[in-house]
Amino acid sequence: MGREEFLFLLAGLKWTVALSVVAFICGSVAGLMVALARTSGIFIVERLTAGYIAVFQGTPLLMQLFVVYYGLALIGIQMDAWAAVSVGLTLHASAFLGEIWRGSIEAVPRGQTEAAKALSLGYVSRMKDVVLPQAIRISLPATIGFLVQLIKGTSLASIVGFTELTRAGNIISNQIFQPLTVFGVVGALYFLMCCPLTIYGAHLERKFLTASR
Amino acid sequence: MNQTINSATTTEPMISLSGVEKWYGAFKALDNINMSVAKGEKIVLCGPSGSGKSTLIRCINHLEAYQKGDIHVGGIMLGHGSKTIDAVRREVGMVFQQFNLFPHLTVLQNCMLAPMRSLGLDKAQAEDRARTLLERVKISEQAEKYPAQLSGGQQQRVAIARALCMRPKAMLFDEPTSALDPEMVKEVLDTMIALAEEGMTMICVTHEMGFARQVADRVIFMASGAIVEEAPPAEFFSNPKHERTRKFLGEILGRH
Amino acid sequence: MNYTLDFTPVIDGLPNLLWACLGTFTLAICGMLLAIVIGIGGVILRQSPLKPLRWLVIGFVELIRNTPFLVQIFFIYFALPLAGIRLDPTPTAIIALGINGGAYAIEIIRGGVQSISKGQMEAGLALGLHKAQVFRLIILKPALRAIYPSLTSQFILLTLTTSIASAISAYELTSVSQRIESDSFRSFEVYFTVTAFYLVISWVMMRIFALFSSRYFSYPVR
Repeated sequence: MGREEFLFLLAGLKWTVALSVVAFICGSVAGLMVALARTSGIFIVERLTAGYIAVFQGTPLLMQLFVVYYGLALIGIQMDAWAAVSVGLTLHASAFLGEIWRGSIEAVPRGQTEAAKALSLGYVSRMKDVVLPQAIRISLPATIGFLVQLIKGTSLASIVGFTELTRAGNIISNQIFQPLTVFGVVGALYFLMCCPLTIYGAHLERKFLTASR
Repeated sequence: MNQTINSATTTEPMISLSGVEKWYGAFKALDNINMSVAKGEKIVLCGPSGSGKSTLIRCINHLEAYQKGDIHVGGIMLGHGSKTIDAVRREVGMVFQQFNLFPHLTVLQNCMLAPMRSLGLDKAQAEDRARTLLERVKISEQAEKYPAQLSGGQQQRVAIARALCMRPKAMLFDEPTSALDPEMVKEVLDTMIALAEEGMTMICVTHEMGFARQVADRVIFMASGAIVEEAPPAEFFSNPKHERTRKFLGEILGRH
Repeated sequence: MNYTLDFTPVIDGLPNLLWACLGTFTLAICGMLLAIVIGIGGVILRQSPLKPLRWLVIGFVELIRNTPFLVQIFFIYFALPLAGIRLDPTPTAIIALGINGGAYAIEIIRGGVQSISKGQMEAGLALGLHKAQVFRLIILKPALRAIYPSLTSQFILLTLTTSIASAISAYELTSVSQRIESDSFRSFEVYFTVTAFYLVISWVMMRIFALFSSRYFSYPVR
């Protein structure tokens, strides 16, 4: 594998990073909404969000990407693969992050909400100033764990036809007939992205465990 | 019960340790331990935390390995191979500070497991034996419950019954009341006193000095892995010889 | 847009799709079994006194957990023939799924073994039971119970991951649906239906796991 092929992989890597960042940021915003809706205390809203989460957790990401990709076209929104995949991954992330954050919001002791209510804080302040700062801390290891899942998940964009790192690998592999070398390098590039995050997540988890003891 | 009479007349001790030493790396946990416990004798082992008393009784059934010295239990020399270790463990019961009941088995099953799997009793025999002993620790009505449904004191009594189901020749108690809420200590001590009155050979690591006064034939005081002093309870409490013993007694009795 | 939904190709393809569900189940279950074997083996090696062996297991786990399954399955697909092993796509996919799931299983099982307190082991030994008996009669069930939730969600994930095996044309639901899609161009209808199928499959899996759990782990804990 020559320099040119490696640069082509790096160009693909750039899109993998872009997809991950967009999906994570947009997914976080939407995921926060999902988490708040899921803990809103309004029965019908909670049931609906629970269903939303269950659908995304009970079906393959690949299918989710397919349905969004072809579904958007169906309702008249013409998008290129890049945008469609971003939307698909964002929805996927919103459900998973929503569920992770729901768990952390519920893990904040009830007394915190009660104390905030007793101090006559409104819902927004209760959440923004009291509950969420604690919940975010609790959720950090799981959130980082999901970010790693998401980065790996972007590889499925290649099946929909978007040229990110894995598809770049496919293309090169078909050109130079050295699949093991190519996919070895592709795997190493993913590893370099994910492993630091995994280590950081494990570090945080250990830190929280010892802190809560 | 012929056997009882016979072995009572023999002079050989039930448990004896000679020159036992144990290290954790460079740290000497047990230092030249010599002791001998006659059949039916009750020993209370006490000492500050980290003095090696738990380590000592855990060596007797080889939950801890030791590097030097010999231990004999019921005529068996405890070697380092699994054969004699298993034999000794069948002869000696142990009760732990944290009860260590098996959470996935009922009280009855907890008591039946080892007699069936280790002694080879059939189910009916094991159940019979278990029910008898649960009766003896006054907990037979809880036989079908799971450990998590019992109070700490009840759990510890089940643990005593479980150990007795092996028909042990001696019992080791490793701080059996330390993990209990104060109001539950008495029920466990009463069970132990009853057991002592029936003539069981017992070594108890405990800070319950009232129990020691009432039951013990000898009190052994340990510090820094060595036996510092041993005496009958009356003498031990009224006239301790060593400075460390006096300091320890002052702390522990002063507190209560 | 004047698009009218047309599910005719889906209905015509229904028998094929249902058979393909069986393929998905087969991949998932064989993958899980292999993952459990790798998981147990890995945990044993992970506790070996030999440092290189322990590092090998750690390296394997991290390598698998930090790379996409799609890249792994491609790699294995091309690597096996070079190692002289010629397999159809479906067995290849099972191997890939087993290796992937195995890495996660190693971490989960290790946590379960660590969750059992030393006292349980000692109480069993003090009663004169052998190490093997202690493990089988005392440690196993509580350890399984401790890891059961994470193990089942990992296995649901593995079931959903089988869809990626379509990338090497293994016989399962996604690849069959792709064939129907490319014959009919009714992409949305096909994938929408198949997504619903997956929802049912993962629901069934979850019910099976829950049923087993309520039978086997019915004892109370504090």
